[in-house]
Amino acid sequence: MSSHNESAVAQNHVHRDEVGAKMGMWLFLFTELLLFGGLFLVYAVYRYQYPDQFHLAGMELNTGIGTLNTIILLTSSLTVALSIAAIQKRNKFLSVLMLTLTLTFALMFMVNKYFEWSAKFSHGIYPGSEELLSLPNGQILFFGLYYVMTGLHGLHVVIGIIILSIILVMIIKDKITYDNYTKLENSGLYWHLVDLIWIFLFPLFYLIQ
Amino acid sequence: MHEEKNNHHIGYGTYVLVWIALLAFTSITVTIAGVSLGRYTLLVALFFAAIKSALVINIFMHIKFDEKIFKVFLLLSGFTLLVIFILTFFDFLYR
Repeated sequence: MSSHNESAVAQNHVHRDEVGAKMGMWLFLFTELLLFGGLFLVYAVYRYQYPDQFHLAGMELNTGIGTLNTIILLTSSLTVALSIAAIQKRNKFLSVLMLTLTLTFALMFMVNKYFEWSAKFSHGIYPGSEELLSLPNGQILFFGLYYVMTGLHGLHVVIGIIILSIILVMIIKDKITYDNYTKLENSGLYWHLVDLIWIFLFPLFYLIQ
Repeated sequence: MHEEKNNHHIGYGTYVLVWIALLAFTSITVTIAGVSLGRYTLLVALFFAAIKSALVINIFMHIKFDEKIFKVFLLLSGFTLLVIFILTFFDFLYR
């Protein structure tokens, strides 16, 4: 509470609790961590149970497109961090540019995902398809987890695109400035979490050789 | 006190260096996955994923420079997840 009062005084009586806002964001991120953690747990147990079938099914995934998407997401994490650094240095232009790049990378990620999934669909591998259901249990589980986990992650990317677009407009309209950028910081935290989850999804699904 | 905390700004250069490190670790992971290490392949991949996430959390997400309490929360939720994993595997392996 005392730090709240201090910061309010330090900012010329503007009533704002930046630490509180960030703490709220972190608490939300922990619920996300546990949500994906539960899915990783299911993956771990079934991979332990069906190592050979996970291996076989994993070979079906396109390592190239997975690697490309990893590079895209890592770079988008960099640009969102640079966008925050730029606004701290009162460089609005660079901040807007970096955030626009982040959005571009996010869209590129989803376009790749679209091509990746359509290729799978055209091979008859999608949840509930005859082709998939004719496979042994372990492979059905692998592809089920693949669609649920990368799908939920993709949903987070889409939500991230929406949030970062709103933030971009706010920067352009000077609603977010060098002395009031907590919203940008918190959206950045969310975006880094999306990147973090992918860092684990990538080797677990695409790098089973 | 307030000034000190919130004004710990990281320069562009640091972020770019971290990004290069992340890309380097990614290429190492992909290369190693091509080499057959048998049962160690997964361990090696997870090891590098852990290093990458440590970089992202500490530098990109500022946890190294932010309030200590965030770090405590993070360790606590990571520990919770670890306990859930261990208990589940105990149940699964010794049922």
